[in-house]
Amino acid sequence: MRIFVCIKQVPDSAQIRVHPVTNTIMRQGVPTIINPYDLFGLEEALRLRDRFGGTVTVLTMGPPMASESLRKALGYGADRGLLLTDRFFAGSDTLATSYALARLIEKAAEEEGMPQIVFCGKQTIDGDTAQVGPGIAQRLGLSQLTYVSAIDEIDPEKGSITVRRRADHGVQVLTSRLPAMITMLEGSNHIRRGTQSDVLRAAQAKITQWNAAAVGITDLSLCGLRGSPTVVKRVFAPAARSEKADMIPATGGGSATAAALIDAIFARQPALEEDLISAAGGY
Amino acid sequence: MNTSQTPVAGASGSRAGMKKELPEHFRSYKHVWVFIEFELGRIHPVSLELLGEGRKLADQLGVELAGVLLGSGEHGLNDATGSCFAYGADLVYLVDHPVLAQYRNQPYTKVMTELVLKYQPEIMLLGATVLGRDLAGSVATTLKTGLTADCTELAIDDERSLAATRPTFGGSLLCTIHTLNYRPQMATIRPRVMAMPKPVEGREGRVVPYTPDLQEDSIVTKVLSFLPDDASEASGLAFADIVVAGGMGLRSEENIQLVRKLAAVLGGDWGGSRPLVQKGWIGADRQIGQTGKTIRPKLYIAAGISGAIQHRVGVEGADMIVAINTDPNAPIFDFAHLGVVADAVTLLPLLTEAFRQRLLVNRLAG
Repeated sequence: MRIFVCIKQVPDSAQIRVHPVTNTIMRQGVPTIINPYDLFGLEEALRLRDRFGGTVTVLTMGPPMASESLRKALGYGADRGLLLTDRFFAGSDTLATSYALARLIEKAAEEEGMPQIVFCGKQTIDGDTAQVGPGIAQRLGLSQLTYVSAIDEIDPEKGSITVRRRADHGVQVLTSRLPAMITMLEGSNHIRRGTQSDVLRAAQAKITQWNAAAVGITDLSLCGLRGSPTVVKRVFAPAARSEKADMIPATGGGSATAAALIDAIFARQPALEEDLISAAGGY
Repeated sequence: MNTSQTPVAGASGSRAGMKKELPEHFRSYKHVWVFIEFELGRIHPVSLELLGEGRKLADQLGVELAGVLLGSGEHGLNDATGSCFAYGADLVYLVDHPVLAQYRNQPYTKVMTELVLKYQPEIMLLGATVLGRDLAGSVATTLKTGLTADCTELAIDDERSLAATRPTFGGSLLCTIHTLNYRPQMATIRPRVMAMPKPVEGREGRVVPYTPDLQEDSIVTKVLSFLPDDASEASGLAFADIVVAGGMGLRSEENIQLVRKLAAVLGGDWGGSRPLVQKGWIGADRQIGQTGKTIRPKLYIAAGISGAIQHRVGVEGADMIVAINTDPNAPIFDFAHLGVVADAVTLLPLLTEAFRQRLLVNRLAG
C-alpha cells in the first residue's frame, strides 16, 4: 500500500507561557513536538505497511525547522519525509493550509503514485480546529472518514475499507472506497518505538524540501495570509472577573478549612444544601 | 505558520489595520443560518442553543434567522420544524431525502453547498460536535470561505461583520477572528457554551422545501450499522448539577479516586483537566474544558486545576466555582467564586468527610 501521513510540528502547549506585562506569547525555548493526534495516524499507517507492504510517506508544511518533526517520524519507521516550506505560506489559516497540503500531496503522488490512504491528525493541540483533514479530503476528492477508532477491513486491491467511526451517540460502522482521508481517534493505537536501524536511517536521511513553485503553485493569492479568508483581529488575555475569589483562610488545620469552605458554599447558595440533603441519599 | 488559526504573536496589530472590502457578489448575502443537527429522530440540543444565539445576531443585523434541517421524512423530520420555530427560527429550509437519512459527509456537504449558493446566508453556525466538525470543514472548503472553530463568544461589530472569539495557543489566550471579504461567515460552537433559550410554544414560521439531486449509487460511503453508546457512562457529565474535577495538582493517577469519592458523596459527576487526559489518567470523555465537555452545574469544585483559558471556557457557566490550588497566583482564582490555597490531595478527603457528616446530620435532623 501507498500511504501518506500529514503531520504538524507544534509547540508543546503544556509549556507555553504568556508574558505577564505584554500579554504576548513567549515562544522562546518552548520545545516543539509532533502534534500528538498525528501519531495515531502514523502508527496506523505503519501497521498497514506491516500487513500489506508498501511505503509510508510523511508530509508537512512549515518553517525549515519542521524537518525535525519529519526526521522524528522517520525514526518511528516512516520511509520518506517531505517538507513544503516557503515564506509565502506564512499566516495560512486552515483553508490556505489545506490548499498548500493538497498541492504537496499531488506533487508527491506524481513521484510515488496516488496514495490509497492519507492520514491526518484528528485536530492539532495548538489550533484545535479539526478543519485541515476535511479540507484536504474535499480538495482531492478523497472519501472522508474522521474520528476512526478502528479499521475493521481493508482490501487495497478492490479499494474497499470498513471502519468504526466515533459518532456523537455511538459507533458507526462504515464501508467506503479508497482513496480515503482518515483521521484516527486518540487511544486507537500506540506509537511504536522505532527500530535501531530506523533511528540510524532517520538521523542520516535527506528530507526533501519543496517550495511553492516546486509543487506547482503559481497563484500565490491562494497561499498564506492572502489566501486566508479568516483574519485575526485581536489576541488578548481574558479579563479577570471583577471580583476575585473569596479566599477561605487555610489555617487551623485541614478539617477546619474543609468545614469553613462548606459553610461558605452553603452561605452563598442555601438552596444547594437542601438539594443535596434530599438528593444524595444512601450514605 | 499560522496554520489552524494560531495567530502569529505580534502580527495581530498590523492585521487589524487591514481594511478589506466585501466584494460585490457577496453583498446580496443576508440572514443568519443555524445548521440543525437531526439524528435518531431528535434535534441535538446544541442546535437549539445556537438558534438562541443566532436569534440575537439576526435581530442585531435586522435580518431573518433560518434553521437548515436535513434528513429523511420517515424519522419525524416535519415535527422538528416546529421546534426550530419555537426556539427562534423565522424559517426552516427543509431538505427531505432518503439519502440523507443518516449523516454522511458527501451528500450533506453537497446539499449544504447548494443551499448556500442558492439562498446566500451571511452567517452560518454549526454545533462543534463530531458531526458538525466533520461537515463544517468540508462545506467551508467547497465554498472557499472562513470557518472559526469552537467559538466561545459571537458578536456583530460596527461594520456588520461577525466577530468570533475563541481560545488559541492551547487555551492560553483568546483571539477574535473575522471573515471580512468572504461569505458566509462560518463558525462552530461547542454544546453548552451558549445558554439554552426558552421555547415559545405555538410560535410559527415558514418552511422552505428544497429538493436535491441525490442518488444513493453515487455515494461512496455506506452505513453498515450503528452501535449506540451505553447511556450510563460519562454522557451525564455535561448536564450534572454538581461536578468535581481534578488537575495536575492531584500528582498521581491513584488520586483521581479522591475526586470521584467527593463527587459520589455529593451525588454529582466527576471529570478532569486536559493534561490528565494527555497523561492517560482519565478518558477523553471525562475531559472538562474547551476541547472536552462544557459544563453548567450549580456547584463546580476544581481541585488542583490551574485554570488555563482552555479549562475556564468550559466551566464559566457554573453557578458557583470553588477552587483548591496550592498556588495563590493560579489563574483559577481569577474566575472562581470561592478559593482555598491548599494541597488538593490533603484537603479533598477532609472535604469529602466533612460534607458526608454534614449531609448525614441534616438528613437525620430532617
